[in-house]
Amino acid sequence: MAYLATAGTGSPGRAGSALSGRTAAAIGWSWPSTLVVVSLLAAWEVAVRSGTIQGLLAPAPSAIGRILIGLLASGVMPVQLGATLLRVAGGLALGAGTGTVVGLVMGWSEKARLTLDPIVAALHPIPKIALFPLLIVLLGVGERSKVAAISIAAFFPATISTMGGVRAMNPVHLDLARVYGASTWQLFRRVLLPGSLPIVLGGLRIAANVAFLSTIAVEMVAAQTGLGALLWQSWQLFRIEQLYATLLIITFVGIGLGTMIRWVSARSAPWLSERQGAG
Amino acid sequence: MVNAQPRTGQEPGSRPSPNGTKSEVGVHCRDLRCTFSSERGSVTALDGVTFSARPHEFVCVVGPSGCGKSTLLRAIAGLVVPTSGSIIYEGALSQPRGGLVVQEHGTFPWMSVLDNVAFGLEMRGMPKAERRALAMDYIEKVGLAEFAHHYPHELSVGMRQRVAIGRAFVSDPPMFLMDEPFGALDAQTRWVLQAELLRIWSEHRKLVLFVTHDVQEAVLLGDRVLVLTGRPGRIREDIHVPLDRPRDARRGHHLLNELTWHIWRLLEQEVQEGLAVR
Repeated sequence: MAYLATAGTGSPGRAGSALSGRTAAAIGWSWPSTLVVVSLLAAWEVAVRSGTIQGLLAPAPSAIGRILIGLLASGVMPVQLGATLLRVAGGLALGAGTGTVVGLVMGWSEKARLTLDPIVAALHPIPKIALFPLLIVLLGVGERSKVAAISIAAFFPATISTMGGVRAMNPVHLDLARVYGASTWQLFRRVLLPGSLPIVLGGLRIAANVAFLSTIAVEMVAAQTGLGALLWQSWQLFRIEQLYATLLIITFVGIGLGTMIRWVSARSAPWLSERQGAG
Repeated sequence: MVNAQPRTGQEPGSRPSPNGTKSEVGVHCRDLRCTFSSERGSVTALDGVTFSARPHEFVCVVGPSGCGKSTLLRAIAGLVVPTSGSIIYEGALSQPRGGLVVQEHGTFPWMSVLDNVAFGLEMRGMPKAERRALAMDYIEKVGLAEFAHHYPHELSVGMRQRVAIGRAFVSDPPMFLMDEPFGALDAQTRWVLQAELLRIWSEHRKLVLFVTHDVQEAVLLGDRVLVLTGRPGRIREDIHVPLDRPRDARRGHHLLNELTWHIWRLLEQEVQEGLAVR
């Protein structure tokens, strides 16, 4: 995303539409990229067929493709994909939702920040996945412990960035709201929330990433369903083509998640999407 | 009348309601003192500021940089609580709303021009259709009709200041508080906006407190010019400008020049005294 940032900054005045074109080009897929990928795949295919690399450990793309189509058609993959997406969505909604609210409170109230910030700072560095065994003890082996682990992971980036977003608010905007007589609710809804939105959305992107990562990890350890479970099972049963096929699907889910967050950002903050590539 | 200071911005038990306030107010500051303390010690921004401004006056405030001009404005806006002294809003039952226009960042980036201008009306609870219609009138008055649905980042700095001015006037507050609204503009844009400000103000004729570092601007716009001393700010001189509007500095009116030079000399003394102290 570093490239995006450079494309977005230094955009004075009314260059909005021209820039959004450039930004789209920066995000989007291009013909040269396709060419690189296709050539690599072709080289791989040739290398396997000619026996240069061992097909057992690195099966030919065509073989992986066949297995992938089989998994999709038989319904195995859609079911596992659905299980994973459900967990990501649940964990993200719960974790990032709570995190945003807590972050808003911490950003706004000095007292809340002084009380909670040390606690957040102390808990944040813990690799959240390390809490998973404890969560199983507390909540059982079912879905609850999994969604809890994912939520906790998503909670922290959402909290920290929302707090930062509120604190980074331009004080002039708060002054204006007060002088024009905004009520607490009006201040929150019309000034504080949209004003901190760019940073909140940035945090949401990280939270979504972390939620997905945690979902796969949790599924590898303790689930019968989901892409993570399928991945782990592939290794245990030594179904290498299935391993590759699952990784491919995971990659696409990751990309899809990012695209979705960008789309949400562009919809909820149109003044940003034109200027800064959706925060 | 309400003694708004030094503690809260309001009378005990009263809520800021536009209904209790007349549509215009005068401001009386008496012995106003503002001290800010931080870990690095305390700074007195204002010390013993006393003046009155009548409901229809256009009062400009000039002074050396760092003299507390903005603090004075913020205190009157109710954004800063004075350490001691009092601000009395004649004709108001509570802290009156102000039409605040600041130098920079005075528009909300997440609102269209229309919503920005209608902001004050929205805060007052005016229904959407009504406030939009009213805001459109003022958007036309400040010459931005084509840009009503644009976002501030698509506008020039001067156009954004027009948005802020439109918002201040459409809200029709009992007083206007302007903190160097044209400070970031180039000379030509500033002339145009000064004239527009006066034109719109002449339809409202309510108290304006206009902070500027530009002496000529102060003399061109104000009925009165308050010259503040260097930090801590006190009133050095309260100058009446006995000239009809519109005034044109470019044509070099005799009295206009006299006043400008007079204020310049006052400021120069203040700046030099400030340097001597250090």
